[in-house]
Amino acid sequence: MRGGRLTWFNVTSLALGFAFLYLPMLILVIFSFNDSRLVTVWGGFSTRWYGALLQNQPLMDAAWVTVRIAFVSAALATVLGTLAAVALTRYGRFRGRTLFTGLVYAPMVMPEVITGLALLLLFVAIGLDRGFWTIMLAHTTFTLCFVAVIVQSRLVAFDRSLEEAAQDLGATPLRAFFTVTLPLIAPAVVAGFLLAFTLSLDDLVIASFTSGPGATTLPMRIYSQVRLGVTPEINAASTILIGLVTLALLTAALVTKRRAAR
Amino acid sequence: MPLIRFEGVTKRFGEAVAVDDLTLSVYEREFFCLLGPSGCGKSTLMRMLAGFEEPTAGRVTLDGRDLAGVPPYRRPVNMMFQSYALFPHMSVEDNIAYGLKQERLPRGEIAARVAEMLRLVKLEPMARRRPDQLSGGQRQRVALARALAKRPRVLLLDEPLGALDKKLREETQFELIDLQERLGTTFVVVTHDQEEAMTMAHRIAVMDHGRIVQVATPGEIYEQPRTRFIAEFVGDVNILEGEVAGRTEAGLWMIRSPLSSEPLVIDDPDESLATGTRVAVAVRPEKIRLHETPPAAATANVLAGEVWDIGYLGDWTVYRIRLPSGELIRLSRANASRFVEQPVGWEDRVHVSFAPDAGVILTA
Repeated sequence: MRGGRLTWFNVTSLALGFAFLYLPMLILVIFSFNDSRLVTVWGGFSTRWYGALLQNQPLMDAAWVTVRIAFVSAALATVLGTLAAVALTRYGRFRGRTLFTGLVYAPMVMPEVITGLALLLLFVAIGLDRGFWTIMLAHTTFTLCFVAVIVQSRLVAFDRSLEEAAQDLGATPLRAFFTVTLPLIAPAVVAGFLLAFTLSLDDLVIASFTSGPGATTLPMRIYSQVRLGVTPEINAASTILIGLVTLALLTAALVTKRRAAR
Repeated sequence: MPLIRFEGVTKRFGEAVAVDDLTLSVYEREFFCLLGPSGCGKSTLMRMLAGFEEPTAGRVTLDGRDLAGVPPYRRPVNMMFQSYALFPHMSVEDNIAYGLKQERLPRGEIAARVAEMLRLVKLEPMARRRPDQLSGGQRQRVALARALAKRPRVLLLDEPLGALDKKLREETQFELIDLQERLGTTFVVVTHDQEEAMTMAHRIAVMDHGRIVQVATPGEIYEQPRTRFIAEFVGDVNILEGEVAGRTEAGLWMIRSPLSSEPLVIDDPDESLATGTRVAVAVRPEKIRLHETPPAAATANVLAGEVWDIGYLGDWTVYRIRLPSGELIRLSRANASRFVEQPVGWEDRVHVSFAPDAGVILTA
């Protein structure tokens, strides 16, 4: 690649930037392997806290709840988000299209506190018992727009004549969508799913508003334990969470990139 | 009975009129061409036949059956798209099989039909490739095979050769003619390229501003254009303005023109021209003769001028002769012999002439 060389200035600014971004997390990861019970004192390498984690039933329960919520809400958000994206790109300039586009994107910039509070009020008003399902619905609501944005960017570049060709060859619009459009936008749909999964996994604010007894997510559990003091166990749990999120984001990036390279 | 019929078809997009009260018939086994500049409505006409657009008024029939409300996937019409629209995630054979699978034909028959199509377009070795591993010409043939696989009543081709280079385009033209003759399928081609239309079509409909200006064989379109637009759109032409001055004893029309002292004499079958009517005489460049020495006194339609431009094309040489009035007359000459003793040079004083039956009188 052509371009400037790595001068000491570039190296320094890069190092500073990355340190700013990742040093805190690195420290967390390192201390999760700390043998000492004291969080800030290094007592040698050990994986004992990961073992202890498995014994910590409340924490494990919370993790299980979180994964289930993330999976179901991401699946639902993917279906709804894809449909929204298709409607917004395909069906021409229907009246109020700009408004709809805005409305789909708005939750992305909406303060989470407000989304959480609004959802809480809704659930109370319709008398829905708060717990697993309310968190799931809330997460679907706020991750849907991310899926829609990703899928829409893919659909905008999609050659409309492919769908027409499928219909011309005898496929109903629905069949044309499933046999031609969907396989071609699949990378964006998968990327959208993984992003929705990640967002749901680490959400604290909205989950706190919409959860009820018996449904505590991992971020909520970690947060409440930290208020009583950080334990190396929490470091281990957080490290696993970081790992999961990194994995999902990497997969999403790879899926989109591989398809783009074709 | 015509196979396809447009009856008083109008298509509006908001305020814009794409097709304007158009009536047209296409017959079975015909190689029909819709020719016109971009935006003339030819693509809209084709999309109405395929079912992607519905007429605002009028009706489209196929085999006498009204197509109104019949969706694209239920019409016995297939289309080859300008971009080819091959499915990038499917192999060549899966692309060709796609339409047959929609019909739910038995697996064996689909395989047989795909093999037949691959043979037809000579792509057997490419069956398992993906579209992005093919050349432009091969992709074009896959698109053709895919559209023909369902044995449509009508094959629509949208600028079928537009994306090919010149050499390949010529070859493909003849392949399409050959294919159409062998299969007997009715072909409707949309193009803006007059050469393409002239080479391939049995009949051409020339379109302009959503209307059909003339429907005729390529020969008639070229030799007897009905309007100035057609004369200028199809091939090169010289337009000489003038007005009708009367008839000669032999029944030829005399046209008074500011370009010459003598009236032009034109042999035109039109009997209805009134004296004094403003007309244009259209003469094709290859029908104008160049005289290095003054022609015999009896020669009709002689104009004097000087050589302004010479364009050597190899097989032909194109000359532009400047008349005293400043008008330029284009003419072309076949380079039939390799050596010419006294070639015509720039600024030579020359005469041009054309026979009475070389000109066409246009009133519109």
